[in-house]
Amino acid sequence: MNELLKVENLRAGIDGKEILRGINLTVRPGEVHAIMGPNGSGKSTLSGVLAGDPRYTVTSGTATLGGADLLALSPEDRSHEGLFLSFQYPVEIPGVTMVNFMRAAVNAKRKYLGEPPMGASEFLKMMRQKRAIVELDNKLASRSVNEGFSGGEKKRNEIFQMAVLEPRLAILDETDSGLDIDALRIVASGVNALRSADNATIVITHYQRLLDYIKPDFVHILYKGRIVYSGGPELALELEEKGYDWIKETADNADGANTGANA
Amino acid sequence: MSDKETAGTRANDGQTLADATTGDYKYGFSTDVDTDVIPAGLNEDVIRLISKKKGEPQWLLDFRLEAYRYWLTLKPPTWAHLDIPPIDYQAISYYAAPLPRKAPGSLDEVDPEVLDTFNRLGIPLQEQKALAGMAVDAVMDSVSVRTTHREKLAEMGIIFCSFSEAVKDYPDLVRKYLGKVVGYRDNFYAALNSAVFSDGSFVYIPRGVRCPMELSTYFRINSAGTGQFERTLIVADADAYVSYLEGCTAPMRDENQLHAAIVEIIAEDRAEVKYSTVQNWYAGDAEGRGGVYNFVTKRGLCRGDYSKLSWTQVETGSAITWKYPSCVLAGEGAVGEFYSVAVTRNRQQADTGTKMIHLGNNTRSTIVSKGISAGSSQNSYRGLVRVAPSASGCRNYTQCDSLLLSDHCGAHTFPEIKIGNPTAVVEHEATTSKISEQQIFYCNQRGIPTEEAVGLIVNGYAREVMNKLPMEFAVEAQKLLAVTLEGSVG
Repeated sequence: MNELLKVENLRAGIDGKEILRGINLTVRPGEVHAIMGPNGSGKSTLSGVLAGDPRYTVTSGTATLGGADLLALSPEDRSHEGLFLSFQYPVEIPGVTMVNFMRAAVNAKRKYLGEPPMGASEFLKMMRQKRAIVELDNKLASRSVNEGFSGGEKKRNEIFQMAVLEPRLAILDETDSGLDIDALRIVASGVNALRSADNATIVITHYQRLLDYIKPDFVHILYKGRIVYSGGPELALELEEKGYDWIKETADNADGANTGANA
Repeated sequence: MSDKETAGTRANDGQTLADATTGDYKYGFSTDVDTDVIPAGLNEDVIRLISKKKGEPQWLLDFRLEAYRYWLTLKPPTWAHLDIPPIDYQAISYYAAPLPRKAPGSLDEVDPEVLDTFNRLGIPLQEQKALAGMAVDAVMDSVSVRTTHREKLAEMGIIFCSFSEAVKDYPDLVRKYLGKVVGYRDNFYAALNSAVFSDGSFVYIPRGVRCPMELSTYFRINSAGTGQFERTLIVADADAYVSYLEGCTAPMRDENQLHAAIVEIIAEDRAEVKYSTVQNWYAGDAEGRGGVYNFVTKRGLCRGDYSKLSWTQVETGSAITWKYPSCVLAGEGAVGEFYSVAVTRNRQQADTGTKMIHLGNNTRSTIVSKGISAGSSQNSYRGLVRVAPSASGCRNYTQCDSLLLSDHCGAHTFPEIKIGNPTAVVEHEATTSKISEQQIFYCNQRGIPTEEAVGLIVNGYAREVMNKLPMEFAVEAQKLLAVTLEGSVG
C-alpha cells in the first residue's frame, strides 16, 4: 500500500499524436527507478506529463502521487505535493535572480501547506547549505535563473533546486546529457546525498554511465510509448553491452503479433 | 481520441492567458472635501481669476496671458502613435482647490479629509509621522496642501516648497528660471500649461549642497471635471546633488481627465539631479472608459560642465501617455540618462521616450527603455538622439526592449538619430520578446503559480530600470508592476 507513485495505463500525446501508449509504473519510497530507452521512445513525454507540462494531453489512464490524483492537479500543486522535475533543458529567465526565484518557490509551497513565509536570514542560510551539496559558488544567488550558465552549471542548478524543495518524488530527465565526467560526479553525488527512505527518484537516461553513480533498484525500458522490459540494475549493464536492438526486435515482434490479432 | 484529461489545465491554457481582468486599482477612491472649483471654460478672464486667486505678481499674469494667446494659435500635435479623442477644452475646470486653503502653515488649516486621503495613499503629512528620509510636497487638484521637513531643509539653504509659495517668497529665482528650459512656445500642451498652471513644486539646491533626503511630490487628482496642470522647477546649483521623486494617482471615474504638466530642471557645473517617477494615474477600465490623459513635457538643461541628469520612470497608469523626459547636454562632459519601464494593458496607449540633445563636447547619454504591452494596448517608444555639428567626442548608448504579453497588443519603436559630428559614437540595440510557455511551466513546476510567475518574469525583465529607483520607491514599484499585470497575460 505504500506506493508513492502509481501510473496505470497512461496514454498521452502532443498535437494529436499519441506518444505514451499505456504506461504502468509503481514507485515506492526509498526506491530509485531508471527509465531507459532509445530516442523517441517517450521518456521526456512521460516526465512532462507527470509534471503537468501543458504541451501534452493525457487521453486516458491514471497517475497518483501518495494517493492523490496527480492528473487533476495544476503543475504548481503537483510541485507542492512533492513532485520535482529536473529539466533536460532548463529555461533561462533573464533578470530574475536565483534568490528571488527560490524564495518565490519556497514561499509558494509554504503557503500551500498553510505555513508562514520563511524569514530572510533563515532562507539565505538554507540557500548556502543547499548550494554546497552541488558545489555551486556564492555568486549563484545573485545570478539570473540559468542565464549565462554553462551546461554543467544548469544541471547542478537543477539539483540545487531539488535540494531546496525536498521533493518526495524527483524525476531527473536526462540530467547526464551534456555533462563532463566531473559535473556528472557532482550531480550524482548531490542526488545521492538527497536520497532517503521517504523519497524516491526516477532517473531518465539514455546511457548506463549515470547509473554507475546513481545505483538504481529497478531498470525499465521504454520503447514506442510502453515499458517493454523491467529488471534489476543488471539490465542496464546488459543494454550497455548489447544495445537496444534486441529489445526493439522482441517488442516489435510482440507488437506485430498484437496488431495482427486485432486486425 | 477523447479529451478526458488535459495535463496542466489550470496553469497556462489559452483561456487563462486571454483572461485579462480589469485588475485592482487601489487608489481609485475619491474624497469628499469642500473644494473651490471655478466654472468650466477657458478664456483670459479665467486666467486672470486663477492668477488673482493665487495672488500673483503682474509679470506672471503677463507670462500666462502671452502663453494663452500663443496657445490659441496652435493645434494639438498628431505625430504620436496615439488615438486621442477630441478634447473639449471649454468643458474643463482649470482650478480646483480643497478648502480651506490658507497657505500651508499649520496642519490645523488642512481639511482632515485631505490628510486622511494622503494617509490612505501612504503619504502621512503630519510632521511627526512624516516619512523619514523623504520630504513630501502633497498636491491635491490645483494646490499644494502640505510640504513636510521644510524647516530642516531650510537650515541647509535648500528651498523645497510649492510653486505658489516660491512665487511669493522667491520671485527673483522663479522669474530667472521659469520657462527657460520649456518655453511656452515649446508645444501645444506646454503652452496650455503655461497659461493655466496651478501648483507644483519648486526646488533649489544651493552651491555645494548635497540634499540629505529624497524630495518628493505626490500629485493627486480628486475633483471631477477638472484638469491638473502642475509645474515643477528644480534648480541644482554648482556641485549640488538632489534626488527627486514624484508619484501620481487619481480616482476611478468614467470621464477622462486631463493632466498636462511641465517639469523643468537646471543643473549647473558638476551638479547632479536624479528624477524618478512612478506614474499611476487611473488608466480607465477594461473597455477603455475613463482614465487620465497624461500629456507632459519634461526637460532638463545640463548647463554646467560635467553636470548630470538622470530620469527614471515607471509608467503604469493613464489612458493615454504622451511624455518624453529629455536632456539638453550643453555643458562640457555633461551626462544624460533615461531609464524607463512603460506598461500598457487593456486599451491603454503610451507614446513615450526621450530626447538626448548633445550640444557640448564629450557629452554622454544612456537610454534604456523597457516596454511591456498586454491586452489590446498600444505601446510606443519614441526617441531622438541629436549631436550638434559643433559637439565632438559625444557618445550615446540606446537599448530599447519590448515585451509582448498578448497577441493583440502593439509595440512600436520610433528611434531617430541625427548626428552632426563625425566623432560621435552612437549605439542602438532593440529586442522584442514574449514570455514563453516554457518559462511559465518552469516556474509552475517549482511551485510558483502563473500570476506570480508573470510578475517575477516581468520584474526581471525590468530589473535594470527598477534598480535605478531609490529604495523607498523600488519595492512599491515592483509590487505595482506585478499587480498591474495580474491576469494580463494572453
